[in-house]
Amino acid sequence: MIALLTYKGILVLIIFTVTLAVAAYSTYAERKVAAFLQDRIGPDRAGPFGLLQPLADGAKFFFKEEIIPNVSNKTLFILGPSLAMLTALMTGVVVPWGNTLWLDGKEYVLQITDLNVGILYVFGVASIGVYGIMVGGWSSNNKFSLIGAIRASAQMISYEISMGLAIIALILMTGTLSLREISLQQAGGVGSDWNLWNVVYQPLGFLIFLVCAFAECNRTPFDLPECETELVGGYHTEYSSMKLGLYLFAEYINMFISSAVISTLYFGGFNFPFMNDLGLSSNWITVIGTGFFFGKIVFFIFFFMWIRWTIPRFRYDQLMNLGWKMMIPLAIFNIALTGLVSLVFK
Amino acid sequence: MLTNRSKVVVKKEMNFWERIYLPAIVGGTIITIKHLFRRKATVRFPEVKREISAVWRGQHVLKRDEHGAERCTACGLCAVACPAEAITMTAAERKKGEEHLYREEKYATVYEINMLRCIFCGLCEEACPKEAIFLTDRIESTDYSRNAFIYGKDKLVEAVDKRIDVTKRQTPAVLEFKKHKLLSHNR
Repeated sequence: MIALLTYKGILVLIIFTVTLAVAAYSTYAERKVAAFLQDRIGPDRAGPFGLLQPLADGAKFFFKEEIIPNVSNKTLFILGPSLAMLTALMTGVVVPWGNTLWLDGKEYVLQITDLNVGILYVFGVASIGVYGIMVGGWSSNNKFSLIGAIRASAQMISYEISMGLAIIALILMTGTLSLREISLQQAGGVGSDWNLWNVVYQPLGFLIFLVCAFAECNRTPFDLPECETELVGGYHTEYSSMKLGLYLFAEYINMFISSAVISTLYFGGFNFPFMNDLGLSSNWITVIGTGFFFGKIVFFIFFFMWIRWTIPRFRYDQLMNLGWKMMIPLAIFNIALTGLVSLVFK
Repeated sequence: MLTNRSKVVVKKEMNFWERIYLPAIVGGTIITIKHLFRRKATVRFPEVKREISAVWRGQHVLKRDEHGAERCTACGLCAVACPAEAITMTAAERKKGEEHLYREEKYATVYEINMLRCIFCGLCEEACPKEAIFLTDRIESTDYSRNAFIYGKDKLVEAVDKRIDVTKRQTPAVLEFKKHKLLSHNR
């Protein structure tokens, strides 16, 4: 029991650190990707290639003056960013970061906990995430913040529906809610003992999930909650110093986690092509698999940024039209199609 | 229809592929990914300097003559010519024994250019009858306070042992042009 707790504790610490590090370097990557897509070179002053830029940014945030508006609700104002950060960090618990490691005949699963309702847990925590934004925007007592917060909550609720429906089609197929089992079902990829990744069976579901993930993370083209041209800074207009930093950080953590969830659900998680043909021991395959998993995550984070600098922001009515009139019917059609196909072929 | 450039607006119904928007997004992502590998336009400034024109109008210099005496005689024509009113000066009479310092009997004790006001038009240079002030291809440095941008004689007058080359701006054609009778100081 103690051994298990220590192992899980260490794993939690590692994943916590890795999450923060990835989020920090996402800010750097965002600026670099933005620059490269615009024929610039981006930050290159702090350290070689500007690699110390996240540290400099973090230090800057800490040294900034902290302003809490007089008319704000102080408790909620402080609670907002903490809630956003907390929920962002909580989702990483059920993500299977790798397969099993065998050391001295003992089994070490590279996942903090394998809930049998893993996906539901992710959804539940992600929907609490909107409270961070809502509470922060509302307690600021600023109309721009409030509009941003209302937009955020309306947008997240609308897109959660089609996201959930997209997942239902996947669950019909896999027959499980546990993220680890979904990963294991996709073991092999190409090669012997092959299983194709879920994206092959669920291309439409993947597309819907991807679009909704963009909306859930408040990323362009769905970044209306913080749209600078209309709302100053949206829900975080009144925030300064590290509280603002926490909001921005939470957004990057959300991006990291949703990339991880997309990779797990549709792109084979920690499995990689030819994994059974290499003739390596299972521990090595686990380690390489974790590497591949992070590779997939990095690709999706890059994809998030790539899309950001490609597609302009939607208008609010377009956003709602897309969510309610396109995504939800499509997702329902996808469920019907999946049900029909599985009925015919099984 | 005067220019024949008017276009009739066509409000055509979008077809299915245009309506689902995805091909357009894919096309957009291909365009942006191409830019990822394109040559970058950025010049890493303090280390690498962009090539600038030979007649670039940058920070001013007050020239000395071949014996090292200041050419400026504080006539004030540059200050009059200046459209931004950036130049101020105080004149004084040359004393005995100062002939090696100042070329004419009158000189500027104070000569200040407010670099925040200056628009680098080069009219001061054009107005100068003594070939004393020139704009150079140097870029004036940045600073934190407004006062630091008021350049006095310490920054403007060239050092005796470190002359600043202005031959690119003081070409024979320019010298000929300055002798023109229409210029106010030649009248």
